[in-house]
Amino acid sequence: MDTQTIPTQRRTAADYKSALRPVWCPGCGDYGVLTSLLKAFAELNLEPENIALVSGIGCSSRMPAYTRAYGFHGVHGRALAIASGVKLARPDLTVVATGGDGDGFSIGGNHFLHACRRNIDMTYVVMDNQVYGMTKGQASPTTDDDWEGSKLTPEGTGITPFSPLSIALASGANFIARCLSRDINRTANTIVEAIQHPGFSFVQILSPCITYHPEHQKEWRDLVEGTPFAPTQDPVAAASTLMSDSGFTLGVLYQGQRTPYAPATTGRATVSSLQEKFLL
Amino acid sequence: MNAPLRVRALADTAATVAPAGGALMSVSIAIAGSGGAGAMTTGTMLLDAAGQAGWYGYMTRSSGAQIRGGEVAAMIRLSTVPVESHDDHYHVLVAIDWQNVDRFAAELSLSDTSLLIGDPDTGEVPAALRAMRPREHSIRLGVMAEAVEGGRPNMVALGMIAGIIGLPADALFRVVYKTLGKKGEAAVRSSRDAIEKGLSLARDVPAVPHLPTVADSQRDSWSITGNEAAGLGAICGGVRFVAAYPITPGTEILEWLAPALAAVGGVLVQAEDELASINQVIGASYAGVPSLTATSGPGLSLMTESIGLAVAAEVPIVVIDVMRGGPSTGIPVKSEQSDLNIALHGLHGDAPHLVVAPMSVRDCLFTTQWAVHLAEALQTPCIVLSDQSLGQTRSVIPRPADVAFIAKRDTAGPVMDGSYQRYAVTASGISPMALPGTPGGQYTADGLEHNASGTPSSESANHATQLDKRQRKLDQFNFGTHWAEVEGDGEVAVITWGSSTGPSREAVSRLKARGIDARLVAMRLLSPAQPDRLRTALAGVRRVVVVEQSHSRQFYRMLRAFYDLPDTRSYAQPGPLPIPPGAIVDMLLNWK
Repeated sequence: MDTQTIPTQRRTAADYKSALRPVWCPGCGDYGVLTSLLKAFAELNLEPENIALVSGIGCSSRMPAYTRAYGFHGVHGRALAIASGVKLARPDLTVVATGGDGDGFSIGGNHFLHACRRNIDMTYVVMDNQVYGMTKGQASPTTDDDWEGSKLTPEGTGITPFSPLSIALASGANFIARCLSRDINRTANTIVEAIQHPGFSFVQILSPCITYHPEHQKEWRDLVEGTPFAPTQDPVAAASTLMSDSGFTLGVLYQGQRTPYAPATTGRATVSSLQEKFLL
Repeated sequence: MNAPLRVRALADTAATVAPAGGALMSVSIAIAGSGGAGAMTTGTMLLDAAGQAGWYGYMTRSSGAQIRGGEVAAMIRLSTVPVESHDDHYHVLVAIDWQNVDRFAAELSLSDTSLLIGDPDTGEVPAALRAMRPREHSIRLGVMAEAVEGGRPNMVALGMIAGIIGLPADALFRVVYKTLGKKGEAAVRSSRDAIEKGLSLARDVPAVPHLPTVADSQRDSWSITGNEAAGLGAICGGVRFVAAYPITPGTEILEWLAPALAAVGGVLVQAEDELASINQVIGASYAGVPSLTATSGPGLSLMTESIGLAVAAEVPIVVIDVMRGGPSTGIPVKSEQSDLNIALHGLHGDAPHLVVAPMSVRDCLFTTQWAVHLAEALQTPCIVLSDQSLGQTRSVIPRPADVAFIAKRDTAGPVMDGSYQRYAVTASGISPMALPGTPGGQYTADGLEHNASGTPSSESANHATQLDKRQRKLDQFNFGTHWAEVEGDGEVAVITWGSSTGPSREAVSRLKARGIDARLVAMRLLSPAQPDRLRTALAGVRRVVVVEQSHSRQFYRMLRAFYDLPDTRSYAQPGPLPIPPGAIVDMLLNWK
């Protein structure tokens, strides 16, 4: 991977970009998310080597290699588990997990609940396109119940979609926001806020799949609400907002005040003191 | 192939010298009773006292299916030398009461020289035990205990057992003070009086083998379980991150590690499931901290996909599998060596990795520490196959020697010219690993096949090169003498692994006592195979018995697949019953 000496002046998004060309289709929403992510890193002026970007499997999970951070492209659904291990072992690193709706809410659903609960200081960016792109167009947990675009569920899934923000709030996430991928600057600013907020931050980014769910490209532009969320520190107010959520209100919903998870460690004992306990 | 084995002249005299036809002088005691009768307390105190007296010992337990309470049996073997397995039969079975003790009949093997001691006021001697035709002796433990203020039948039994096996009373009283001292003077006095009552009864009990007193009883012994030893081995090896999901019988490793790891500056986190724990461990190790998780068979099944990720991404991790009876939920509380296949072959794709196995309670420390060292040196996963009979057995052992193995990973320093390649193709196959925070070392660890830089690639050349590189790490590494314990010589050999080593070693020593030289090859390194080393170890051997605790002969099949062997037969039995050393001896003596 190409690297270069970073000059002492402020970094730009380009300083975080790798030379690798994304595998994404032309027009994919994930290009916008990549740009927002790079801009957020530049805004925070992070040392590239002090960022760990962790993902699972899926189109959007290819993200790490397109940056100049330390990356981990793991197995399907386990990005949050790997990211948790990285952050617990190395609290000095800025840890960001990225992935898609299938990776995060279906196969990785249990880890999503428990990452919100555990509240480790890291950020989770989910590019939600309501479809499995890499396996060529199957319904995901966020797909509308009547979507007939998949050969696997030609009559639609008939299942109510998963509500990522409600579930994040109910599970204890400490920062919750929603963005639109084409809205690059606002998304970048939200990612900056998410990284800066202590504890587990969750950012859902509506990022249309141009190939397997192309109608979103236009629909979402029309559906996005003009008025963003009014950020609150009150989970009850956030829950109340979500009761009437269309799924297309953008912005920061919730800024929680829970203390991030910090495992107990004293570090004063020697190994030989542990051995002595076994002496008869 | 049926030529008689060479037997030394003293053959038949040797067998009669040692009790129970073995080379090892020991006494085996089982203590059983219903829930609340205190059988386990009695066993634990007996084992502790034996340690205080300078003896060594080994204690397993068996219990009913209840979550808490219910009938239980403490099964103990004591000796003046370290012991690693049960004998063929128990010399003494003491029932504090007879309720449901028949449920342990299959595990409490008795012979016509065994002595069955019980309280007739608590019921009839179970038919299944009487059918083994032991000698019988009645003691009214309950009545005796009532004669002592606050006295309990199990303490009377403890005193009686100490008396008949020759355990010095002062060792027992030291343990009483240690165990019950915090409960107050009255509790200590009641127990002491009850134990003295038991001691006074001992002279009326028919003779059982007793052990000599040890002059130097203040030696440096440890009381430890295999699970505790594995935890200690992890820390000694340098592990400082553990992700945990509870599962029987591996949980105690994690529970022991939780405070111990925190005390030495490490982190243990309870994960939401095994998929999370294995991936947390991979993440922590990728970030530079030697990492480990412990589980049992069902957990290992869940982890296999991600263990493959650690192979492909070259992330060192250690996974301890404390095996239990399988398949599926199987027998969670009892032992079996039937996860060998999944440990060796469970990963999809061509995924070279390490599999090692401790061969005694004491060896759980060494082997786990070695596993950490190997995983870190080779940047690949190492599966440690312990089992319930090692993990949950408490043993009084000589203090283990300190071992120098520590985690030592080949890491990359700052590289500012853009030339760093995470998966650089090297002669050893090992490539320096840049840890996050190292300037210029940025790369993306990937489960996708990749080129030397880590960039995903589906090209055949990259696949072949990286497959070769990952295999080469294991092929070129010098595992030294630790791959196996090779003991003795002669024309017959017992090849075994893990917890089957204890009975196998004893079988070999019994053969020696009969004037037959035999070898023991106990394999600690199960993957990668070491065919040249085994060939050397077996030079001159004509007959081999392969001993394991598995129904489908998983170890025998592994040996058949990877090794050249002389005339070889399999002694395989499924769990949970331990392998009797005598059965191995019989198989070699009756070779037709």
